[in-house]
Amino acid sequence: MLGTAPPGVAMAKAKAPLRLGPAVEVVVIVTGALLTAAAIFSLFLLAIGHSPVRFFELVYIGGFGSSFSFQNTLRRAAPLILTGLAFAIPARIGLTMIGAEGALVIGALAAAALAVPIVTQGWPVALTLTAMALAAVFAGGLWTGFAGWLRHSRGVNETISTLLLAYIATAVLFFFVEGPLRDPGSANRPSTMPIGRDYMIGTLPGTNVHWGLVAGILCCIVLWLVMSRTTFGFAVRLSGGNPRAALAQGLPVGKLVVLCAAIAGGLAGLAGFFEVAAVHGQANAALVAGYGFTGILVAFLARQNPLAIIPVAILFGALAASGGLIQRRMGLPDASVLVLQGTIFVTLLAAETLYGRFKIFRPRGDER
Amino acid sequence: MVRTRFSRRSLLQTSAAGVAAAALPFGRARAQADLVIGAVYVGSKVDFGWNQAHAVAMDVIRNVPGVTVLEEENVPETDAVAQSMESMIQLDGANVILGTSFGYFDPFMIDLANRFPDVQFRHAAPLWDAARHPANLGSYFCYLNQAHYVNGVAAGLSSPTGRIGFVAAKPIPTVLSNINSVLLGARSVNPEATVQLIFTGDWSLPVREAEAANALVDAGCDVLTCHVDGPRVVIETAERRGVRSCGHNASQYELAPNGFITGAEYKWETIYRLYADAFAAGEALPNVVVGGYHNDMVQNTPYGAGATEAARQAADEAIAALRNNEPIYVGPLYDNRGNLVIDRPMDNLDPELDGMNFLLDGVIGSIT
Repeated sequence: MLGTAPPGVAMAKAKAPLRLGPAVEVVVIVTGALLTAAAIFSLFLLAIGHSPVRFFELVYIGGFGSSFSFQNTLRRAAPLILTGLAFAIPARIGLTMIGAEGALVIGALAAAALAVPIVTQGWPVALTLTAMALAAVFAGGLWTGFAGWLRHSRGVNETISTLLLAYIATAVLFFFVEGPLRDPGSANRPSTMPIGRDYMIGTLPGTNVHWGLVAGILCCIVLWLVMSRTTFGFAVRLSGGNPRAALAQGLPVGKLVVLCAAIAGGLAGLAGFFEVAAVHGQANAALVAGYGFTGILVAFLARQNPLAIIPVAILFGALAASGGLIQRRMGLPDASVLVLQGTIFVTLLAAETLYGRFKIFRPRGDER
Repeated sequence: MVRTRFSRRSLLQTSAAGVAAAALPFGRARAQADLVIGAVYVGSKVDFGWNQAHAVAMDVIRNVPGVTVLEEENVPETDAVAQSMESMIQLDGANVILGTSFGYFDPFMIDLANRFPDVQFRHAAPLWDAARHPANLGSYFCYLNQAHYVNGVAAGLSSPTGRIGFVAAKPIPTVLSNINSVLLGARSVNPEATVQLIFTGDWSLPVREAEAANALVDAGCDVLTCHVDGPRVVIETAERRGVRSCGHNASQYELAPNGFITGAEYKWETIYRLYADAFAAGEALPNVVVGGYHNDMVQNTPYGAGATEAARQAADEAIAALRNNEPIYVGPLYDNRGNLVIDRPMDNLDPELDGMNFLLDGVIGSIT
């Protein structure tokens, strides 16, 4: 990953062959993988008697073709940015934490539960929302931080523990929503008390997109800076690359593991907060919508780079936004967009093996 | 289902040169007199259950001249449904939107109805309230418990032991009413009949549904029925275990060639035809349409091999009685903890029954 220039660079400069940097390598390989996936998917469409041209035309119309379509895309991308980050940050320290879904649900539940008493007491809107957001981040952080602690102190595989914790989170949500926190008015659809229209986060001026998108983009920028420009970020990357070496250097690898896990949970919890405060206005079973799991794909496609998560989440948002149009205009089943997503995922994983294979992307002087 | 669906709009769209041209809102350029009706389903259109019942009804009105049907399946009860519906309006010019899942209503359809006053929204649950909700929104619902009562009658006379097993999703009023109606139907022909109940906890948990069905057979039940989104697993498990079964939501006749008795089916087409006719005549769509056997809004699946001759006769008589509005809930009725819960004959559409929160004496099971 780190393209450190060997000492011979200056000398080689005079008659250097064309060399491109690692950033270009990522763009070329990812774009190539996307095009390959599109080609494979086109064959699939042809095999079942549909026009690939029409399909991708509809993806464009449904995802970007009009102001409505683009807002639709952005709205769908908003939760994916945060859940994508929730996978990407622990991945930098070598953790494969796939339980953002659980932290999202727990964060949303915490926000909704906290809102019930303070809304009835008539707290100011800004204070209420801040308290809800903090509760969501804190609850989500504790939830996934626990998995990080299990990993560090007990050696429990974090992939398994976060996955199982996601199921537990869903069960906890159902327990509270159908039991102690149930709004008696929600007979056929158990939910917590609605926070009320006045307490909900509005949309960005002139659009139909809620503020969760802005929060997600800000988190991406901040975390990109933290990961690439601070000693903390360096320590995390070092611990992820070689934990033994990091320990030998005196880095607190254990604390870093728990902290990264907690940050991931906090991000997913924040996504949960926006689901409650900007979309549903209450907590109920609809919170378990799979955003946490789609976030894993987003982070993979972005190669765990916080900045790259933004365009990738928008791409996934566009696929989701156009899925309905494709069903309606082409008569294709809903699963067709999932097939495309799956194809993209597989080609990307296959493309991972290509990194470092092409001379043109290596630093000058590296003539292996 | 239908792979290639041809409409005037898709022809226009295909021949439109280039993507930019295709992005123009052809939908809105359509003649005002045409009905473009969009239905959104929470699950698959071929789920042998709730969603299939709606999709079958939409197929009936698809053939009405001047009607264009738009459909989207697998749309969760999240922001996604608001986006799908708005996409149908903005990109396909829908003028009537049908939301078929309970959680679509609040807040999503209420918000959309406020934002698009020229579009009619109808939702498949008795939730609309003239005092609180927009006038271009409304409700429709079929009281399926009437057909479950008929199931109970037929099961009571087809079961050698009188022990009926019921696999249910959640303890909410609609489900409880179906359970109690099966019991009352069975007791009307066999005073010793019982209904043994297992809740799975969610609408679609195929593995747990199979476990519950097996457990009920092991416990001595010889007729199984259910209220889950897709009854396929329960019906097929009953057939495999050699016991009889009664269906739910849509026709499962073909799933159990040996043991199928009859099933409770919605008849949404009655309502959808009514909407199409009102629209064609230029009349306002009614805000609330509810009903049961007396206005042809529910039906029972044709009897299968599991129904005895006596059962068929008694069930036919029960249907005739329901068509005459004869009540199912006739007090005094006690719940299975000994409390008096109904003290008089109740009209079959009495709103008080919409809040049902008890299991009648004879049901073996508990809400909590």
